[in-house]
Amino acid sequence: MKTADIALESIPAASVRFREIVPGGANWSHVLKRGTTLRLIDPHGGLNVALLAFNFELLTERLNVPDSLKAQHTAKLTAGHCLYSDMGRILLSIPRDTLGWHDPLTGPSTPETIAAAFGAKSFQEARNKFHRNARDNFLVELGKYGLGRRDLVMNVNFFNKTTVDAAGKLTFHPAYSTPGSFVDLRAEMNTLVVLNTCPHPLAPPAPYAPPPLHLAVFSSGPVPTNDPCRTSRPENQRGYELTERYFL
Amino acid sequence: MQLKESPLDPAKAVLDHVIPAGDGWMHEIKAGQTFRIVDLEGNQAVDTIFFNAADPAERYSPQETLRAQGGIYLTTGTRLMSVEGRPLLTLTADTCGRHDTLGGACAAESNMVRYALEKRSMHNCRDTFMLQIADYGHGYTKADVGANINFFMNVPVTPEGGLTFEDGVSAPGKYVEMRAEMDVVCLISNCPQLNNPCNAYNPTPVRVLVWEKGT
Repeated sequence: MKTADIALESIPAASVRFREIVPGGANWSHVLKRGTTLRLIDPHGGLNVALLAFNFELLTERLNVPDSLKAQHTAKLTAGHCLYSDMGRILLSIPRDTLGWHDPLTGPSTPETIAAAFGAKSFQEARNKFHRNARDNFLVELGKYGLGRRDLVMNVNFFNKTTVDAAGKLTFHPAYSTPGSFVDLRAEMNTLVVLNTCPHPLAPPAPYAPPPLHLAVFSSGPVPTNDPCRTSRPENQRGYELTERYFL
Repeated sequence: MQLKESPLDPAKAVLDHVIPAGDGWMHEIKAGQTFRIVDLEGNQAVDTIFFNAADPAERYSPQETLRAQGGIYLTTGTRLMSVEGRPLLTLTADTCGRHDTLGGACAAESNMVRYALEKRSMHNCRDTFMLQIADYGHGYTKADVGANINFFMNVPVTPEGGLTFEDGVSAPGKYVEMRAEMDVVCLISNCPQLNNPCNAYNPTPVRVLVWEKGT
């Protein structure tokens, strides 16, 4: 059975709303409705998913990585963590993660990082195998919602790990994600998710071949009072209270 | 950590201003000018965002900055990079040794999450940023208030992926100095946070100075 199918086994079939394959280097966006969960699956290993999130009802309310990191005293993201907006509300929570580390530090790949690691290749030269970068991809997809350069806030790179030593030096861990790895992002608001599968900005030199993402959106219902994201720390208890008040 | 003193004489500065505790400042700095922030009483967090003065949508990016230097702490030699990967300013002197760019700015809403719902009305950096941009004009809106630097703040990250706000490593009179690589607008909130040790539980004034190019 394909690894992506195995990763979907744990979701009750009746709750799956739709599934999709996002090719490497491509864009995707969706308004994830409150009460649904987006499962991101790495079928082949070595995936990067660069992601931004916004309150779809108030697009000036957007993912705030520093608020998310300091509220939860973390420099990595995994199960039990929440992705906060700049208004003290939870856009997405992470109820499940098979990997254990996702990277909020390093930002999107850019024309410069792609050229340095993979070389530059235009559409004229390579047609749809042209070399794409996360920053341009974000601008393209954000533009469809009336957003733009001012909204290019700090993003998360899912399925990747960058650590920091005592002197503050960054180390990227290549080939961190293994086939079949998946992470669930549960919408706590009506959350606009904008993502792309361009390479990580620190990916080492190689032939340009970013792998695809398999995803599924499924109904997940209200968050119980003993949910680990809610109970993992008092900050998140308050975050859930504030998010729930928004809907009252 | 790259400690380095500056030879510049404050008596020759063309701008010399004290920002009171909890107050803000928004001002243009021209290409080639040198800009210094002095931590007058020690361990005062100075939340700072820089913009390309000609195109404010090109603003400071923590992720571009830390990726460009391969490290998360800012010190002498750090180039403060824009979202487009261009240097806005370069740190030319630093007697503190470590500045943060992951901790972000305090806000009424994040204070409720981090501490208590009742703390919404405590003065905070995002409120200061919002008032500064409202008064500055030139079309700045909330969308422009992106992620900031926290000069003089100590936010260590562990190899296991932990992050905490620790007691500061700064001291009275410590400063950080930088050269503008293009015309920039500097937006500062002199942090009023009392719920964690980022200001040693005592917000204090800071001093800002600007010298002309070639001083």
